[in-house]
Amino acid sequence: MDWVTFLILFPLIPAVILLFTKSVQLQRVVVLVSSALIILGSVGLACNYMQAGGTYLPISSGFFNGLVILGDIVLALVFLYVCRKLPIKKYWIPLMVVIQYGMVVTADLTGGIPETNRYLYIDNLSIVMALIIGVVGSLIAVYTVGYMQHYHEQHKEIKDRRCTFIAAIYLFFFAMYGIIFSNSITWIYFFWEITTLCSFIMIGYSRKEEAVHNSFRALWMLLLGGLAFSVGIMYAANYCGTIELQKLVTMKQSLVIFPILLLCFAGMNKAAQFPFGGWLLGAMVAPTPSSALLHSSTMVKAGVYLVLRCSPILQGTASGAIVAFIGGTSFVMCSALAISQSKGKPILAYSTIANLGLIVLCAGIGTSFTLWAALLLIIFHAVAKALMFISVGTVDHQTGSQDVEDMHGLVSRMPILTFTMLIGLGGMFLAPFGMLISKWAVIEALAVRNPVYPPIVIFGGSLMLFFWTKWMGTLISVVGKQPPIKAKGIGFDEWLGLGGLSILTIAACVGFPWIGHYWIQPLYGWNPMLSERIEVSVALMLGLMLLPPLIFACRWKRLVHTEPYLSGLNVENKYEYLGSLGAPRRWSFGNYYINKYFSEAKLFKGTIIGTTLLWILMFFMENL
Amino acid sequence: MGYFAKSPWLLHYDGSSCNGCDIEVLACLMPKYDVERFGIINTGNPKHADVFLITGGINTQNIDVVKNIYNQMGEPKVVVAVGTCATSGHFFSECYNIIGGVDKVIPVDVYAPGCAAKPEMIIDAVVKGLGILEEKKKKMSPK
Amino acid sequence: MTTTSTILVILFIILAPVIGGIISGGDRIISAKMQSRVGPPIVQPFYDVLKLMGKENLVVNRYHGDYMICFLIFTIVSGCLFFGGNNLLLVIFALIVAGVFLVLAAYCTNSPYALIGAERELLQMLAAEPMIILSAVGLYVVTGTFDVYGIANCQHIPIIYLPGVFIALTYVLTIKLRKSPFDLSTSHHAHQELVKGLTTEFAGPSLGLFEIAHWYETVLLLAMIFLFFGSYWILGIILAVIIYFIEILIDNINARIKWELMLISAWAVTLILGVGNLMILYFVFHI
Ligand code: SF4
Repeated sequence: MDWVTFLILFPLIPAVILLFTKSVQLQRVVVLVSSALIILGSVGLACNYMQAGGTYLPISSGFFNGLVILGDIVLALVFLYVCRKLPIKKYWIPLMVVIQYGMVVTADLTGGIPETNRYLYIDNLSIVMALIIGVVGSLIAVYTVGYMQHYHEQHKEIKDRRCTFIAAIYLFFFAMYGIIFSNSITWIYFFWEITTLCSFIMIGYSRKEEAVHNSFRALWMLLLGGLAFSVGIMYAANYCGTIELQKLVTMKQSLVIFPILLLCFAGMNKAAQFPFGGWLLGAMVAPTPSSALLHSSTMVKAGVYLVLRCSPILQGTASGAIVAFIGGTSFVMCSALAISQSKGKPILAYSTIANLGLIVLCAGIGTSFTLWAALLLIIFHAVAKALMFISVGTVDHQTGSQDVEDMHGLVSRMPILTFTMLIGLGGMFLAPFGMLISKWAVIEALAVRNPVYPPIVIFGGSLMLFFWTKWMGTLISVVGKQPPIKAKGIGFDEWLGLGGLSILTIAACVGFPWIGHYWIQPLYGWNPMLSERIEVSVALMLGLMLLPPLIFACRWKRLVHTEPYLSGLNVENKYEYLGSLGAPRRWSFGNYYINKYFSEAKLFKGTIIGTTLLWILMFFMENL
Repeated sequence: MGYFAKSPWLLHYDGSSCNGCDIEVLACLMPKYDVERFGIINTGNPKHADVFLITGGINTQNIDVVKNIYNQMGEPKVVVAVGTCATSGHFFSECYNIIGGVDKVIPVDVYAPGCAAKPEMIIDAVVKGLGILEEKKKKMSPK
Repeated sequence: MTTTSTILVILFIILAPVIGGIISGGDRIISAKMQSRVGPPIVQPFYDVLKLMGKENLVVNRYHGDYMICFLIFTIVSGCLFFGGNNLLLVIFALIVAGVFLVLAAYCTNSPYALIGAERELLQMLAAEPMIILSAVGLYVVTGTFDVYGIANCQHIPIIYLPGVFIALTYVLTIKLRKSPFDLSTSHHAHQELVKGLTTEFAGPSLGLFEIAHWYETVLLLAMIFLFFGSYWILGIILAVIIYFIEILIDNINARIKWELMLISAWAVTLILGVGNLMILYFVFHI
């Protein structure tokens, strides 16, 4: 109880303080202290509850429940307030707010919601999520202070509202901890909508036209999820007689499948699965820390978290198969779409949707093996992707571009930053590191089943390999001595975030057999790492990954330096060759984007239509 | 013999030849003469090659190219000038843009004169070059 | 690790380059015969590599050789994992990592020709990888294990159940072995592409490493074909020889194609023959 209450309620304190703190120094201190406390809290929680298995934390007084109802009402008013400037033809956005909150609040006030005293529940899944939010999130929060400073130095035209921004981060922590520890779906719903609000605030931060437009798109898409959520609550309350998530997932499949599907809908909507992928892509206009925190490592993870919670019901049902299929479609399509992108953040956004799709695929199938893989994916993806986002953000600030083409030869200009990026990229797709191990687990888990799924994972994985390697290669091209970038300098807190996340990424890779053993095995009673000879080969590969740095450290003797081959037409400058008219001409090289097949224009619409049909089919099938 | 003599890889560069010698060089690769018997392979890249085979003379346009390609070949390497044009400039030597034979620009190890040089001559020249290649290799590592 | 697996791994490390080199020499002789030439001696590839090792180490920067070393090491490791009887998927992933290192080596040189080669190698991986992983899945469906020894010792002959997968694998094998018509990223001797694609900047020893790694890779890929015959290894050897001969034949009678055709055809073959085969097994025979 103590740790949980602390983690949920504590972030509100820095949130309030930061809202009124204008001085950067003060912000920095507050953020550092509260981040340290949150990390400590999360670790303490993990140590305390890790062996306990699933535990309910009873709350007897209705006081907190009253607070949640009050919070719902306040939140509804806030939503209506932010919608005030919308044109009248977008009446349906506030209408959605009114409908969903109207339903939930009336039901709650009139006693339509069954009573319970088991509001909080904690098991290893919540602990893993808590650690991700606590540790990864805090590091991003630390990074944010320095980032926002640069951001406003660079974008003078944007009004400085960074207090709101940083405060929103802590409000978001509060909401996230609420989501993962709550057992009552009304509570989850309350926190759920707070994250929607945070996302809305952050996307619209710059108040440029595009940002505002995108923020409202995110708002309505996410509210649609909220609507489904509230319908799910009403159904569960009226027909299943309980609003406890843990109870729901142990009830008879046929009885609860409908509310569970609605919750899955909400979860996948939050996880930006197609057809709702659009909001996450639009969310990339927000300052990078919010992309790192909300839109890749934590908030969208809350979506897959909910689907994972529902997976016992989904397992083996036709609807579950369709959930898995929608996830798989998002995985393949977004991996393909990412190939056609050249900007850093859209690539990361697409690959985020793709990886979340893979997790949803695992959850939809719901065997213990796939759940094991899903949880590992959540962990690895959270750390590596957060690292990638903030690295791209830093590069953007230092060089003024987040285009992958402009990062050509970054290793020669910013070696240390490139190194952190390489760690992130390696964590995203190279073999002994996390993602590929998880992918291996997924393929192995799926091979026994319907042969529809393995090809999805295999093709998606190959597409991912293409764009990650392309990016990695572009970074490591050695372009020789470069004029140093006009040093704006990377601040201390930015390095803290970058360094911390790099270490975390490596630690997650090295430690994942233990993660699997201590956290996931108790949860799902399964740990494929201990079967066969896997651990030996994985350990071998991990050990070998130490080799490249060693090899690079060696300075081979007797190297003879020369110029690259340019058909014998080299001139003084390495980037030029002698043109046919006797004058030097520049050569340049751009990556392949395969726009002919993988462009947004070709794939986006089809995917949206296809997945929408799948969703309709799913609910329809449920009714049959 | 060392391994250099067993696997000389050629780089064929066409200077300002009349293409007569080039056709003979290509003839060497064809079934009739089949130089791959001796492990000779025609590469397109100076970095992979051991033997630099030049046909035709040097003119003001290609002088830098020849130098550059020569410099991009790893030691040990030999240069074989194929055809009279490459050895001396031949009847183009009076032209306004011709500098002369290959040895005006880079050190030539073997000369294979003839207009056009016969395939047998070319093969023979390369084989002569192999001995030089081995010697150069020995000089490279005096151990 | 049992004694047998240790012995097999050591044998692989020592013998694979020998076998791979001889295969490559035989390849050159047979190719020469097909072109009515005499061709080099069968040990020619060894001469070539020994020569390359003796050459000056020409580099454009001091890093790309290191990537090549990583490429070689990871290729060998994936072979060791295979012959040590480990999980087939992990073997393939290790091979992919090796491939990534090769691409990075080419990227590192920052030379336009090598960059194009690197990009094309990526395309080749994109075209070939799905089928290779899928064939592991196919073997799993039939034998019930991803364990290499488990597959090799299984009672029935997997190829009887997996003809489509086998043919599709042979198809992408041409891509993996970098043979015509799919030798886009780098090619064998006489038919050069873009001054040999991603190997453009590798001279002397690094090029030698590339050749050696290619031998290991060849042996590993042929060994994968082997698995389709379960414990009937004589049949496996015969088929592996036949397959390699067909590869040489295809190499000699085809011109290089564009990457689009490669990608589309490889994926089409994977989807139709590979996935189709698995579908039929699952839905018709209920395996
Ligand atoms: S030597 Fe004769 S055949 Fe050869 S290039 Fe000169 S003119 Fe042509």
